[in-house]
Order: sequence, then C-alpha cells, then structure tokens
Amino acid sequence: MIPTQAPAPDGEPVLEVVGAGKTFAGVHALRDVSLSLRPGEVHALIGENGAGKSTLIKVMTGVHRPDTGTVTLAGRTVAFTTPLEAQAAGISTIYQEVNLIPLMSVARNLFLGREPRRFGVVDTRAMNRQAAQILRGYGVESDVSRPLHTLGLGAQQMVALARAVRIDARVVIMDEPTSSLEPREVETLFSVIRDLRSKGVAVVYVSHRLDELYAICDRVTVMRDGAVVHTGELAGLERLKLISLMLGREMSEVRREGATAFAADGHDRQEDQPILEARDLAVRHKVNGVSLSIRPGEVVGLGGLLGSGRSETAKAVVGAIATEGGTVSVAGTAMTRRSPAAAIRAGVVMLAEDRKAEGIIPSLSVRENIVLAALPRLSRGGIVSTARQDEVVTYFMERLGIKASGPEQRVSDLSGGNQQKVLLARWLCMNPKVLLLDEPTRGIDVGAKAEVQSLVDELAREGLGVLLISSELEELIEGSDRVVVLKDGAVVGHLEGDGVTEQALLAALASSGADGADGDVPGADGDVSGADGDASRAEETR
Amino acid sequence: MSSTAVRDQAGPKTPGPDGTGRGERLAALVQKRGAPIVLLVVVVVASIASPGFADWANVSGVLGGNAFVWLLALGMTFVITTGGIDLSVGSMYALGGVLAADGSRAGSWAAVLLPLAVGAAWGTVQGMLVARARMAPFIVSLAGLLGVRGVLQAITNEGSTTYLVPAGSWARKLGEGTWTPVLIVAALFVLGGLLLTRTRFGATLTAIGGNENAAVLMGLPVARAKVYVYVLSGSLAGLAGALGGLRLGSGVTTIGVGYELTAIASVVIGGTLLTGGYGTVGGTVCGVLLLAVLHNLIDHYFSSYGSAFTDAVNGAFLALVVLSQTLLGRARHVE
Repeated sequence: MIPTQAPAPDGEPVLEVVGAGKTFAGVHALRDVSLSLRPGEVHALIGENGAGKSTLIKVMTGVHRPDTGTVTLAGRTVAFTTPLEAQAAGISTIYQEVNLIPLMSVARNLFLGREPRRFGVVDTRAMNRQAAQILRGYGVESDVSRPLHTLGLGAQQMVALARAVRIDARVVIMDEPTSSLEPREVETLFSVIRDLRSKGVAVVYVSHRLDELYAICDRVTVMRDGAVVHTGELAGLERLKLISLMLGREMSEVRREGATAFAADGHDRQEDQPILEARDLAVRHKVNGVSLSIRPGEVVGLGGLLGSGRSETAKAVVGAIATEGGTVSVAGTAMTRRSPAAAIRAGVVMLAEDRKAEGIIPSLSVRENIVLAALPRLSRGGIVSTARQDEVVTYFMERLGIKASGPEQRVSDLSGGNQQKVLLARWLCMNPKVLLLDEPTRGIDVGAKAEVQSLVDELAREGLGVLLISSELEELIEGSDRVVVLKDGAVVGHLEGDGVTEQALLAALASSGADGADGDVPGADGDVSGADGDASRAEETR
Repeated sequence: MSSTAVRDQAGPKTPGPDGTGRGERLAALVQKRGAPIVLLVVVVVASIASPGFADWANVSGVLGGNAFVWLLALGMTFVITTGGIDLSVGSMYALGGVLAADGSRAGSWAAVLLPLAVGAAWGTVQGMLVARARMAPFIVSLAGLLGVRGVLQAITNEGSTTYLVPAGSWARKLGEGTWTPVLIVAALFVLGGLLLTRTRFGATLTAIGGNENAAVLMGLPVARAKVYVYVLSGSLAGLAGALGGLRLGSGVTTIGVGYELTAIASVVIGGTLLTGGYGTVGGTVCGVLLLAVLHNLIDHYFSSYGSAFTDAVNGAFLALVVLSQTLLGRARHVE
C-alpha cells in the first residue's frame, strides 16, 4: 500500500522550490520562496494566517503556477498545470478539509479514478475487499460499503490519508492533518508518517500544534508575510524562538509605545460581578472546556495562535456554532436557548471576523446597514419609524466618526475601516452589555484602526464588557485588561494586571501540552516574572 | 509572578464510538427504498380497490404509451446526479419526433439517427457551456428549452407543415405495441444503471455532484464528464422523441411541453438528490412508474374534473416527496 522504492541518497532533494514568487491582484502572496525537501524527511511548514503556506502548497501541487521561480522534482524542472499532473508525478496532498464525496461508499472514495475493473466494469467485490484491507492498516475497521459520511471525521481523514498515500507518492503534503483527529488517530497518523519516512518519501507537515511538530518533524521552514524567515533542523530549536519567528517578534524587542491607540491605563471596573460568564465551553475538535468571564467595563483579550479556538470560543458564546457542552450566563442569568438571536436579546453581540461574509450587506445604504438588526426596536406594529431611524443613524455616524457622504450612501463605497464602524454601530444601537470583537481592525487602514481602538476603549469606559480577539500582539496586549491564552482549544494561561506583556503571552503560547514535555521552555517562569518587572516599570514611566 | 498562571492544558476528550444511529439508518433506508415501497403500496391498493386497474389493457396502455418519455428521466438522472439540470429535454423530445418523421422520408435509419445526432449535438453545446464556460446549467438549458422549441417551429412553419412517417418504413415497428417500446426502454435503463454504478464514469458523476472541488483535487476528469452528461441527456431526449414520433406515425409539434419537469419529478421521487451527489437509475424507474400509475388512477377517477386537476395532484405529491427528503436530510445532519 505504500510505494516501495529505495531511499535516494541524502542531500539530493526530491522536490525543490527555488525563488518562487506569486502575486494576486498586486498583493505578494509569495516572495522569493525556496524550499527543499530531502527524501525520507518530515518537513514542518509553519506560519500564521496569510504567511503564504497555502499558496506555497498550491504551487507545489499544481493548483497555482508561480509567477517567478521554478519547481524541480527529482532534478527535473516541472510546471504542473493541474492537480492531476502533480499527482501523476508523485506529489499527493491531504487537505485540511476532508475532500471526499460524502454520499459515496468508503471504498468508492478510496479508489475513485482508479477502480479495479473486470470486463470493463468496476469490480465492486474486489474493490471492497482491497479497501477493507488497506484501511485496516489505518485503524479504520468500518464497513467499507457504507457511505463515507457515516464515518467519524477522523476516520474520514484516515480515508483521505490512505487515498493520498496509495498513489506511488514521492512527496506527501499534509495540510493540518490532525485538526479533526482524536489522539488515538494522531498516533496512527504518526506511524503512517514514520512508515513513509522509512520508505524515502518526503513529507511536508503543516500544523499549528507545536507538540506535534516536535514529535514527528525533522526540519522546519517558517514563513511570514509570504517569505521564508527560517529553515533548519527542528531539534534544538526552542519553542519560544519558533513562535517569535512566526510572529515576527524578537524576545528582546518589545515595543510598548505608539503602536496602538489604546490608552495606557486600564479601565476601572465598575462592579466585580461578571456581566458574562462562560463555563466549560466545548466545540467538537475546536474548543475543549474553555471558561472565561467578563466584567462590566473590562476588556478581556483572547490570545492564541491560529487554530487555537479563539473565534470558535466567541461563536460558541453567542450560539453561532453548535456546542457539545458548557454554559453561558449573562448578568447572572443562565441562557437556556443558545442562538445568536437569543444572545442579542440578552445583550451579547459579536462583530464577526469576516466582515464581508458575515456582516455587511454591500448593496444597502449606511442607514439600512446600521438599523438592520435594530428594526424590531425602532418600529411599532410593524411600521418602521423613519424619524427614530434617522435619530439613531445620525447619532452613531457622528459618535463613531463614520465618513460617508450621508446616511444614504451605499456601504460598498466606503473604506474598510468605515464599513467596520458601520457594523459596530449596528450592534451598538442594540444597547449591548457585552461586545465580542473578532479581529476588529483586520484589513483596515492605520487611521481607522486607531479610531476603532480608541472607540473600544471608550465603550469599555462606559461600562460595556468587551472580549477582544486579535492576532496583533500590540493590539491584544495594550487593549486588554486581562488576557486569556488559548492553545489547541484549551485555556493555557491567564495574564492579569502587570502580567499582560508580550513576553508573558509568548511564554504561555510556547508552553507545551498536557504531555508534560516542557523541557523546551527554559525558565518560562523566570522570564515571565522578569517581564512583569519590565512592564510595570514601563507603565510607571508613561 | 502571582498574576501570571500557566495552567496545564485540559486533556482531550475520549473518542466516542463512530456508529450510526437507528434513525439515521431508517432515513437512509427510506431515501434508498422509499420509492419502491410507495410504488408497491399504491399498486397493491389500486389493484384491490380499483377494478380494471390490473387489467392488461390498462397496464399495456400505461407502459406502452409512456415508455419512451421515461428515457428523458433516465438522462435527467445522470444530469441531476452531477448537481446539474437539463430543462431542454421536453423541447428536444418534440424536435426528435419531427426530425424522425422528416428523416424517415430519407430512410428508416435516418429516422432514428438524425434525431439522435441532433440531440447529441445540442447536448455537446450545452455541456461545453456548462463545463467549459462555467455557465449555470439552469440558464443554459432554459435557453435550450426556448431555442429548440423555436427551431421546431421554424422547421414546421409554426406547426403548419406536418411530416408523416411512411407506412412502409420498418422504423415504425420500433414504436408499435407494448413489448417493443418497453423492451427498448428497459434495455437502455439497464445499461444506464450499469453506467452509473459500475463504471468510472458513473463514479465520476456522483463525485462531481457530491463535492466538485474534491473531485477536481482528486484528479478526476470533471469538465469532460460534465460535457458527456449533457451529451447523454440530449441524445436520449432526441432518441426518445424519435421513437415517440415513430409510434405516433408523425411529428407532433405541440408535444413535450413540460416533459422536462415530469422527468425531474420522477428522478427526485426516485430518491436522487436534486443537489447532486446521489443518484440511482433504479429509483428513477420507480419514480416514473409511480407517477404513471398515479396519473392513470387520477385520470380514471377524476377525469371529469379535467387534466388540470391531474397536474395539481402531481405537484402536491412532488412537494411532499421533496419535503420528506429535506426532513430526512436534516435528521441526518443533526445526528
């Protein structure tokens, strides 16, 4: 089931990308990226959102063609135009999302495109027999004639894996293969990877779970902003160093001033009773028993790397995704029904991460976009009061400084920052008690960013409870009174008061998982307390 | 240091057994076997309750009179399995009949091959527009519905020219009686069933409807298969029209209006998902038979109310079937 071929001599790369560049609509997705894969190595590819990992993978698998640079497979320059060509050449890929056909049988999925045939028709019996045999090697014992969707997600991922590996692969690219796997299945995956390695297959392993990288990978390439910032052996590379590389932060270089528009001092908490309290939230494969509380007038930051379950936690709080467990109470009252509508009624609103897909309605005017959610409150007997609408819209446009020619301008004509403010206005006119902000300043210009940031400050000052999710360290550190750090869907750290520093956050992120292999975080405690001191001094000097 | 606490990560949950609930199995069974069960019940009840229903005269009328039209549903099964739709088949059926009658003057072979070729040609055009130009199947085939009907009107001078099949042509025999049409159609359905379930082509069609992106990433010939599926549907519609015309002995320009919708209804009643990704030829057989039997019964009992009533009952039944499919689908997703 796994191709048998002698491992090529060391040093002779099986797949080599040299100087690859790729531009989408003027934006550099890849800049002079080089990657070299040796036979029989497991190569970690890591980086934050937008670092260019996916584009690089797509260049290697024939989905995209690079604008500049070359791809060399076993010494020959190749120019794949379709995924099919890349597969035929021995590069197979397992995507993060299970890319199989849900209503087809398991065996069918495994053999699609290369079914065993007899007399010109598919030999179903032989196919099922072979499929069962192959999948047993991957720990999947289910009836292979059943439709794929009846399998668990992890088992489906195993079918995808078996499918990818079955081709006479020379390179196997795995894009976050463990995101839907149970721990037992991760072990199976690792043994398959080890098997591949011993057969001389090069494996590219993309994951945000550092524990996994250290467990299985030989070398690592770190990408940031479309460029490679580091390539080298993984063993001996500190976790902290790895994270600083990913995030573009040197441990020594902690900028405190001028980066954001948040006021330096914290917010006065008006009460100590939490306005929002979430307990043991669980979302399948994403969130694992996260608890957090927000008090009125407080900004709570939610920190973590990509895929740590930040957005999912926020969505679970407002009931936008199905939860497996956990409770949410608002101002001491437990929410029995969990849906965005119920959350809004209770005074909890969320500004979604993806403005275009989950928020703005581009063809409507500024006025219409603002009052959309508040319409029931602004109307009597189904008749919308224009006067009250105008009042609300004028107030918020002034208050948030929305730059538009007037309330009737189409929202699609506004800049990203002003669109974000319109969305914020939509939620604020609901008189919320708690505001969940998922990447509120992503993709908006510097000026608007500062305005949104000071607005968040101001709202908290007025007594709103705010949950702030941000991938920008400065924004998170300086905007939050407290930071809850997530990793792999679980809370791994709480930063409070003077402890809200970049060092402390990085240390919490670098902490290893539950397996206790924390030898890679040298003196995390010492570092953090030192940072505490630095930070408090910095506060005093301002 | 008291302000910073780094806690251990909570251990991941233990995996549950991935089993299938009883409700889900039942849902799958109903989706798979719903049409034959309903068909059986309707036939049994009708045979007992309605004298004359099971008489050979009635049965042969139902079978022989409708069989060729069922080929439209066969073609539609493939199209819908890929997640597409072909609205042009009703018009193509009518054009096929007229072309067969017209072509029969040049010989019996021409009577069959001309409509087949024209159907295939138009299917190719539709397929290219859908697969290569990435146009919506609904729009492309709606254009086909109108355009093909227009061509038909042009050929027949808006219905004023009637083409007759010469009485001596052997091709007429293809449409005569009950057994010849039924056997021809049954053979084509069997071939179609094999094509869908036992060939790579069939697997590709299901894969396209199930998850087109995945099919592309798996390296399946997606665009080619999509072209072929419309060629297949167009050819079957042309052939069905030809055989229907040969049975009638002439090309009838007004025939075939709304047949595409009946075909879609049969396919959906048979359990094929309108969204694609799951289709069965066997289900379609049950679907066409069920609709034919219901038509027959409604005609028998309600003919005094007019044919519009038949259509209303038809529509209501289709809505019922789609509704139950939706509910079953929802039950499965909730798990």
